[in-house]
Amino acid sequence: MSLSNLEIVARYLAAPGKGILAADESTGTIGKRLEKMGLKNDEETRRSYRELLLTSAIGGSISGVILFKETLYQSTESGKTFVKCLVDQGVYPGIKVDEGLQPLEGGLEGETWTKGLENLAAMCAEYAKVGAKFAKWRATIKIQPGGPSEKAILQNADELAQYAKICQGAGLVPIVEPEILIDGDHTIGRSQEVTEKVLAATMAALWRHGVQLEACLLKPQMVLPGAECSDPKPSAEDIAKHTLTALRRTIPPALPGVMFLSGGQTEEEATVNLDAINRMARTTEPGCPWSLSFSFGRALQHSVLKFWSSDQSKGLDVQQLLMSLARANGLASRGQYTGPHPTSAEGSASLYEGFRGWRADQITS
Amino acid sequence: MLKYRLGSSLNQPLSSRTFSRGGLVVKALKYDEELIKTAHKIASKGRGILAMDESNATCGKRLDSIGVENTEENRRAYRELLISAPGLGEYISGAILFEETLYQSTKAGQTFVELLNESGIVPGIKVDKGLVPLANSNGESWCMGLDGLDKRCAEYYKAGARFSKWRSVVSIPAGPSMIALRDCAYGLARYAAIAQDAGLVPIVEPEVMLDGEQDIDRCLEVQEAIWAETFKYMADNKVLFEGILLKPAMVTPGADCKVKSNPTQVAEYTLKMLRRRVPPAVPGIMFLSGGQSELESTLNLNAMNQAPNPWHVSFSYARALQNTVLKTWQGKTENVQIAQEALLKRAKANSLAQQGKYDASGEGKEAGAGMYEKGYVYCESCITNVTVMFDMLSPIKKFTCNT
Repeated sequence: MSLSNLEIVARYLAAPGKGILAADESTGTIGKRLEKMGLKNDEETRRSYRELLLTSAIGGSISGVILFKETLYQSTESGKTFVKCLVDQGVYPGIKVDEGLQPLEGGLEGETWTKGLENLAAMCAEYAKVGAKFAKWRATIKIQPGGPSEKAILQNADELAQYAKICQGAGLVPIVEPEILIDGDHTIGRSQEVTEKVLAATMAALWRHGVQLEACLLKPQMVLPGAECSDPKPSAEDIAKHTLTALRRTIPPALPGVMFLSGGQTEEEATVNLDAINRMARTTEPGCPWSLSFSFGRALQHSVLKFWSSDQSKGLDVQQLLMSLARANGLASRGQYTGPHPTSAEGSASLYEGFRGWRADQITS
Repeated sequence: MLKYRLGSSLNQPLSSRTFSRGGLVVKALKYDEELIKTAHKIASKGRGILAMDESNATCGKRLDSIGVENTEENRRAYRELLISAPGLGEYISGAILFEETLYQSTKAGQTFVELLNESGIVPGIKVDKGLVPLANSNGESWCMGLDGLDKRCAEYYKAGARFSKWRSVVSIPAGPSMIALRDCAYGLARYAAIAQDAGLVPIVEPEVMLDGEQDIDRCLEVQEAIWAETFKYMADNKVLFEGILLKPAMVTPGADCKVKSNPTQVAEYTLKMLRRRVPPAVPGIMFLSGGQSELESTLNLNAMNQAPNPWHVSFSYARALQNTVLKTWQGKTENVQIAQEALLKRAKANSLAQQGKYDASGEGKEAGAGMYEKGYVYCESCITNVTVMFDMLSPIKKFTCNT
């Protein structure tokens, strides 16, 4: 049975041992981070930071990079397009296509819907022309007493499905991201319950809109307790158990990959938890028919940005850090991560030799 | 070896609604653990279900076809023949019974339930109350049985049943209409929740019937729709997916479709449907045979098991296991043993098919005989199914078409 082009792209993005670098922070968001590190939020700073990321040799562990619109059209100092930099090392360029969160009328406080469907078909056609191969759209769901509301769940699921259908029509693989926010004091059990509900609604909406599951990827959060939950912190195995149960109950095997977001976790936590999920998936019934990998933003960039902003002359070292982070998470996606984490004291110390005198854990912003 | 372990191991139980069990987080409801265990026992490697839950009227038709009177004793004797076949438990993990049968015993006085349990076969029970016309639809049916279902299930559990079956139907020539599709899915979901509450693993059977001229693509479309709706309503009704079994029809062209298919194509389409709609938490998928011949249903099952699947893919066959048995028995005591051998032969063939190891050489002509009432027959010359008109109740002869 032959595969369509979209299916091939989706499978490649979800390839074993590889994951996605989310570098699609909007101008506002990346601006805040740059300014926090004492840098200017102008186009050249953004461009040169992204150049650092995209010219790193990450092709061994990174299958795709999600870009912001501005970045998709930018080039290196020497004039090579970022798209070409990626494609040359076997990495697919992707593009964030939603236009941000809006307050949901008729929903509970803090509930949102996501803007961007109006112009989407035309935008996707444009991005495909420039070389984008996949897209991403983020919806958020909030757990709170009495919520999330049915309206929030159904409307966000429906918007995700409409986005996915349009993408596939334009030749882009859609990454569908229904993020359940970590804000709140809910238990991990409650988080699992809501995750199952949201994912089931998302899968149902995808089917209703005729989205081809084999050419689609999911970007959920891992199942975690709320940030303000007073229970003792769960172990990586607990997180794995809850996350796998929720996925096994809701995600049909046709979907090639589940690419976790890292929101709310430290870089090390994200890697360790991803690894635990993969180990448990392979050693418990009924296994896992989809790839369990990553689509990390902060978990791949936090220390990288911190380091770079402290000394922009250390470009090569910064790239080394990114590559070792990518490698660590690539291993975690196979359940083969062994530490130490590149951002830990021990991890940085072991990179010390080649790094000419810095330690990631000692950099203060 | 993980060098970094975040957080402490939980010394306290997780939230009051959940506890972990070897990789699985289970809702703390009364029968949940048992349901999961039973479902996995039925969905065990190399085994499938013997569906023998024909209502008295339908059983009567079968007995009639071999000239046997439809009395309670004859029904009992026939069912005893089936379940006392020696070694049946090697290939059969569950037997679906009709209510009457659940309370019957062997000639020697051992209850059927006891005999089944001894043989390692889980007793199951049909719990629906049959199909009736659905108002304002396209001549479609809906399935009755929710009233008092909780009490019936509790009774059956007491009598020894550990799984249940409810068969609803979908007709492609009739549309299907949205109301028929939704009622089918909704009824199944409510039944599943009630059955689990009473300790019975629900087998969920929305049979997309073979009737019609639709091609295999249309069948795929309708099958995806009914399973999407069914899973949606089951989730709403808080059904525990780790404790159910599915009983779908395979994805095939309609009986009157001019374009026929082969086992490879049936397998491809059916697996595609399952992969798109069935989450891996469901332990087993036990296909119905719905008018396919004995041989065809085995070949198709075999084709679906050529590579590992995320769920146990097996059979829950009635006619495809019993057809030759009936004809061999002819109602005569002296034929019981060879009739049982015929049953074991088909059961073993399907057991091998479940493991993807079935070899069709050495099958007799009987196995190829069609059973579909409108005359859907397996042709031995072009090795495919063709439609002819014949009376299902008359003895099936060897068939070759003239192409």
